[in-house]
Amino acid sequence: MSFAFNEDQKLLAETVDRFILDDYSFEQRRRTIAMDGGFDKKNWERFGALGWLALPIPEEFGGLGGSTVDVAVLLEGFGRGLVVEPYQSTIVLGAETIALAGRVDQKKSLLEKIAEGKKLISFAHTEPRSRFNLQHVELTATKDGESYKLNGEKAVVHNAETADLIIVSARTSGDIRDDDGITLFLVDPKTEGLEFRSYPTIDGLRASELSFDSVVVDSEQVLGDLNTGLKVLERVIDRASVLLCAEAAGAMDTAVKLTVDYIKNREQFGQPIGAFQVLQHRSVEMLGAKDFSRALTYRAAGLIDEGSPNDRARAVSAAKVEAGLGGKLIGQEGVQLHGGMGMTDDMAIGHFFKRLTMIDVLFGNVDFHRRRFSQIS
Amino acid sequence: MELILTPEEEKFRDEVREFVSTEVSEEIRRKTMTGFRLNKEDHESWQRKLYAKGWMAPGWPVEHGGTGWTPMQKHIFEEECAAAGAPPVIAFGVTMVAPVIMAFGNQEQKDYYLPRILRSDDWWCQGYSEPGSGSDLASLRTKAVLNGEHYIVNGQKTWTTMAQHANLMFCLVRTSDEGKRQEGISFLLIDMEQPGVTVQPIKTIDGSVEINNVFLEDVKVPVANRIGEENKGWTYAKYLLGHERTSIAAVGRSKAQLKRLKTIASAEEQDGKPLIHDPTFKEKIADIEISLLALEALVLRVLSDESAGKGPGPEASFLKIRGTEVQQGITELLIEAIGNYAHPFVPESMETGWNEDPIGPEHAASIAPHYFNWRKASIYGGSNEIQKNIIAKAVLGF
Repeated sequence: MSFAFNEDQKLLAETVDRFILDDYSFEQRRRTIAMDGGFDKKNWERFGALGWLALPIPEEFGGLGGSTVDVAVLLEGFGRGLVVEPYQSTIVLGAETIALAGRVDQKKSLLEKIAEGKKLISFAHTEPRSRFNLQHVELTATKDGESYKLNGEKAVVHNAETADLIIVSARTSGDIRDDDGITLFLVDPKTEGLEFRSYPTIDGLRASELSFDSVVVDSEQVLGDLNTGLKVLERVIDRASVLLCAEAAGAMDTAVKLTVDYIKNREQFGQPIGAFQVLQHRSVEMLGAKDFSRALTYRAAGLIDEGSPNDRARAVSAAKVEAGLGGKLIGQEGVQLHGGMGMTDDMAIGHFFKRLTMIDVLFGNVDFHRRRFSQIS
Repeated sequence: MELILTPEEEKFRDEVREFVSTEVSEEIRRKTMTGFRLNKEDHESWQRKLYAKGWMAPGWPVEHGGTGWTPMQKHIFEEECAAAGAPPVIAFGVTMVAPVIMAFGNQEQKDYYLPRILRSDDWWCQGYSEPGSGSDLASLRTKAVLNGEHYIVNGQKTWTTMAQHANLMFCLVRTSDEGKRQEGISFLLIDMEQPGVTVQPIKTIDGSVEINNVFLEDVKVPVANRIGEENKGWTYAKYLLGHERTSIAAVGRSKAQLKRLKTIASAEEQDGKPLIHDPTFKEKIADIEISLLALEALVLRVLSDESAGKGPGPEASFLKIRGTEVQQGITELLIEAIGNYAHPFVPESMETGWNEDPIGPEHAASIAPHYFNWRKASIYGGSNEIQKNIIAKAVLGF
């Protein structure tokens, strides 16, 4: 088991750090968020040119076949700058689901285009009453000749309004919380009966509430096997959770640096407030929270491609707990140590606090993953 | 909690597992697993077995008798030893004074002491803290005055762990009052079995005696027993602190203790069901277990940096902080697990030779004393507050 980055990973880390430093300043990010669709299409083209979109896509479908650790390196870099481009929606959730569950013709027609930056995907699974339970699917898909009719709702679907295709989980049999009976569909967002209510999220992203009123989807658009979608969702969400922790590690790193810089420069009582031991110890605790969370995240990223399902689930949940706790500590203390300035929208720290907080409540929060971890042990 | 091992690492683990399961006696295993007290002979007999196998000093360079293991192998070794209930190797000789002798001792000192340390011929103790010098160690006042071929040493050391067993002490003494306080300290090796050395036990809140006051009155120490140069002792002591910092995290021990906690929580009942099925208790265990996993992940990262030639940085202080928090967290849950049977306190029942029936379940006897005893962990070895000062200064640049 290796705990060191290989040469390619070191190079990738340097490249993405350089990109954030040169082209993704806090001010630029602010302008990007205000753009149509909530992100910069030029950045997306650049990600494509740099091979970042192709990174985890299998080589036979035009990708680079990168490992989870490779993608974690990229996302840690994204986290340092709070990148808002729809990498999670399109690549981590979208391309991954298609690669895992799709038929060969679906992979052929979609993955290469995704890798080239020509197709955006959105992932609609969460529902208004599902909380974090993956098997809770109320939206129904009813067979009607050669097609299905979808009825129901999806909640907080990131990047849905800019997507070319939406992956939708639906119940094709069984009860609301049954493991069996979930099927995935590829849905054209322009299909009649599909309504969007789109909005900004508190951490600078875009999301939508989707309602399906007899939305007709051809049975050719089923993604994977009928009724067994949960297995796919578990794998995809587990990996996405680890990668989200990697993004958190990057965000925590910047938040700690911003805070330490701030207290070294801010003077009160005739000296930098960083001269006070109580503030030094609190910033040390922030740094430690980041270091431990990051180490556990890379452990999980390594395990997820190799370990057994139980090892995988435990490693992921452990990483998500540590990232949730660490993100909360760093976000809250970061603002506290910035004092009144930390409350202002003009300072970056508050934006890191918001993203770290939203990371905790995506794919299961600390309580959810602690419980999941304890139930597998 | 499984690590993913390469086939070679698996083979190595099996070899270690086989060795420890054969060589750790049933009596010693029972003592370590129930938290009963190990005596001097228990430690020494285990260390001699390690010596015979060539495994006494995994951290040493091969030319001095080290094993040449990779960091991962060292980690596996520690974990397997802890899991099998092997006594912890007493660190004062092999992991504390030995690296200093290797780095700064003269040839004669290396030739004499290092083989003796490997064979466990001597029991070492550490003479650092004094009544007036705890966290502010550089203020130490035990004085060594040069008189011909000897230093005459006067002063008092305290918190000296296992000094009652020790025949040698590595000791920081003041040899100069000029200039900076740190630049007047020397590093001496003192024979404990001579006139003027008095060891006085200090009883701790758990009722045990493992720390001592050591009084030094006109103690004669040959100049040949000084390590390196006069007044450079502080540098050597700091070198010692930077050495093998990952072992302070005690991941293997904590894994073994966590396993013990789960076993006890399965045996204890609440409302007629095993306590371990109580959701609240289960989640408390999960919290500690996750924290321990994060610790292990960081230890392995630091070890892998070490093997890539980067020394353990001051970040290793995080390993001490988190390591001791995890250890103490487990002792807290152990108390919770045994409920009412935390109360009885019969120290003799934890000693070798006790043959009456236990009061309550046998697993309960040592738990409350152990909890109180283990509060020391966040205080010794540089208190956790001092570790934070180190990180603040050396990593964050305050």
